[in-house]
Formats: sequence, structure tokens, C-alpha cells
Amino acid sequence: MGFDRPMTDALLLDPPTQASLIRAVAEQRDRDAFGRLFRYFAPRVKAYLLRLGSDDGAAEEIAQEAMVTVWRKAGTFDPSQASVSTWVFTIARNKRIDGLRRTRRPELDPEDPALRPEAGPAADRLFDASQRDERLRQALKLLPEEQAEVVRLAFFEDKAHAAIADETDLPLGTVKSRLRLALTRLRRALAAEGIDQV
Amino acid sequence: MMMSKHSAPDELILAHATGWLNEPLSLLVETHAALNEESRERLHEMEAIGGVLLDELEPAALREDALDAVLNRIDDAALHDAADGEPDALAAPARPRGVPRDGLELPATLRRYVGEDVSALNWRPLMRGVSEAEIEVGDGGRARLMRIEAGTMVPRHSHRGQEATLVLSGAYRDGELVFAPGDVQLADPEVDHRPQAIGDTPCLCLVVTDAPLRLTGPVGRLLNPFIKL
Repeated sequence: MGFDRPMTDALLLDPPTQASLIRAVAEQRDRDAFGRLFRYFAPRVKAYLLRLGSDDGAAEEIAQEAMVTVWRKAGTFDPSQASVSTWVFTIARNKRIDGLRRTRRPELDPEDPALRPEAGPAADRLFDASQRDERLRQALKLLPEEQAEVVRLAFFEDKAHAAIADETDLPLGTVKSRLRLALTRLRRALAAEGIDQV
Repeated sequence: MMMSKHSAPDELILAHATGWLNEPLSLLVETHAALNEESRERLHEMEAIGGVLLDELEPAALREDALDAVLNRIDDAALHDAADGEPDALAAPARPRGVPRDGLELPATLRRYVGEDVSALNWRPLMRGVSEAEIEVGDGGRARLMRIEAGTMVPRHSHRGQEATLVLSGAYRDGELVFAPGDVQLADPEVDHRPQAIGDTPCLCLVVTDAPLRLTGPVGRLLNPFIKL
């Protein structure tokens, strides 16, 4: 039950729509827009927390807290810096840490006048945040499975995965070099796509 | 003498992006990212990977009343803000305006920990020309500001634990390497070093030590930037 039906609709929430919904929340405090964002992101945020080992109750609670933050901070979302998915990911990640620590977490302030060089659309950046996401998505698909797996583990490791890695008995050096290869490939994909655009 | 930038390694930035660093090292990475555009870009790229992976997760069912519960919390928070006289809950986090009292241009991330005047912190001398002030941080590890007067050389030393240093102002030399604002130096117990403040101004650094990294399992250890392979 629950979100069976709305989920179908939510699956079709493409990045430009997500960004316009965030804008509607920020500028008009639009509850319908928020509802659509909620149906798309809250179940994914909860899934992220479950992957990291939270029990169902804690995952639900943190997912709800994260969505409250999405509402409250919608006005600080900057589409030139991050896609909505990336922004929500950082909120969920930070909420999870807050929950574990009950302490503050250092956060980069994109408007900080001390940023060097000053923030703003980087002159050499050839694509915006949602284009970057799309290229990353494609590049992740093209990674050899063994490399894609260590990237996923880096973000979503839980006890189960550590156990799997222990079982497979992969030498640490192998895992580390796979991760380096993956990062190099992802960066190269971003750079190459950028050059194609020129 | 090398003048190249000393950026944080991928492992350290990735450990921060994925949420596996403790608070003192997170503070160091965020402050470094504010001062080093290339590292900031790497951090944003890694967070974008997190966003893409979040998108692709199989959604988990929420409680049926979850959206209503969240809307109620939003309403309660709005009432609370109105009662507190807060103009707008949307406002960006408080950021000190204008020139800070100590005249130093430090990233806002760090300012939230050290306040508007670093000279007002509880400084204690370590030796002639070197003093330190503890910064209150949450879980694990220890963070401090260290101030080395211009020209002072810290005697050769090694560390009992691991140490990460971020230059905030001024510069120091360690052997052939020069560390300028935004630069990071990682040292483990085997590293034997003797930094010397260079230039005309004192060198101010953020130093994180003895941080037991909250990292477990093969992938966790993999993200530990101090483990060399």
C-alpha cells in the first residue's frame, strides 16, 4: 500500500521538473509542489538510510526530518551548484550524521565571501549541475561492474556489504585501485563531454 | 623549493562526501574546500555521484501518513519561528557580516567554530613562538588552531597519532615543501618533520590530531587517507 500509485507518477519526475518544483516551494510555499518532491525523494532517502544500516523507525524519522529541511531551505537551493538529487543527498547525509552524533556538522556555505576564488558559475565549467548528473549517470553505467560496485560501497556501505567484501577476501589495495580507476573514468567522462561541446 | 598546491587527497574528500569522516576532519575538509577551488570542485563532483546513486535506489515505502506528518512539522516550525520573531526560516544560516574583529579572512565554516575573534580563544604557549588554542568539536579527534610566529622553526618531531594540518594564513616550509593558505599536509607517526613559519606574518593553521577515524570494514579502511597502500 502506501505510495504504490503516487510512485508511478513520481518516477517520472525529471531533473528540470524537480528544480522548478523546488523553486515553487521556495517562492510560493507551494504544498502541492512539495508533495510531488516528497513522493519522489522521501522513499529514496529512506532507502539510503536503510542501506546504511538504520532500522525502519530511524530511517523513517530521518527521511521525514530531511524533507522538513528541504521545505525550510528550498530558498538556498542553487541550480548552478548542484542538481536537486545532489542537494537532497547532502541533506540526507548530514541528517544521518546529526542523528548519529547529536552534534553539528560543518557545512560549506556557497555564499561565503571567503571562498577562494569567489563562488559563482566557474568560467571553465561547460555544463550545469543537472547536465553533469546526466553525464555521471551515463558514465556510472559504463563503468566495469567491479568498479561501479566499490563506488556504491563507498556511499552505501553497511554491515552486510562489509561482510560480503570480507567473504570475497578482496585485497585492500585492489579495492583502492578500483576506486581510483572509477574516479578517474568518471572525471574523464565529464571532461571529454565538455570538450565535445566546444 | 616546491610552490605547488597541496590539495587533500581524493580519499579524504570522498570520505567527507560519503559521510564517513568524523567532525574535526569534516571541518578541515570543508574549510580546505572553501580555500581551494579544485578541491571544492572535486567535492561537488563526488556529492553529485551521491545524488545520482540516490536517484537510482529502489524506493522504500514510507508510513502512509508520512507526508501529512511532515507538513504538520513544517506548520509547527513556522508557528515557532513566528513566535520567536524570526523573519524567515528560509534565510541562509547566520553568517557574521562585515570585517571580523581579528581582521582574518576565514571561511564561514570555520568561523562558526572559532567565533569572530580568534585572539579571544584560550591560547596557550607550546614553546617560544608557537601557541595553540583548542576548538570545541563533537565526536572523536581533536581540533586546534596553531600559531607559529614568523621565522619560528618548530623542532623536529614526529607524532604519536595521525595529524592533518590546514594552513589558514601565512605559510610554513617543511623540508623542500612550502605550505600556503588552503594547503593540507597529512602526517602519520612515521613522518618526521620540522615546519618553519616563513614570510612576514605569523602562520595560522587548523590542526586535527589523534582522530580515530570512524571507518570500519574494507571499504571504510580504504577511505582512510592515512593508510598508505
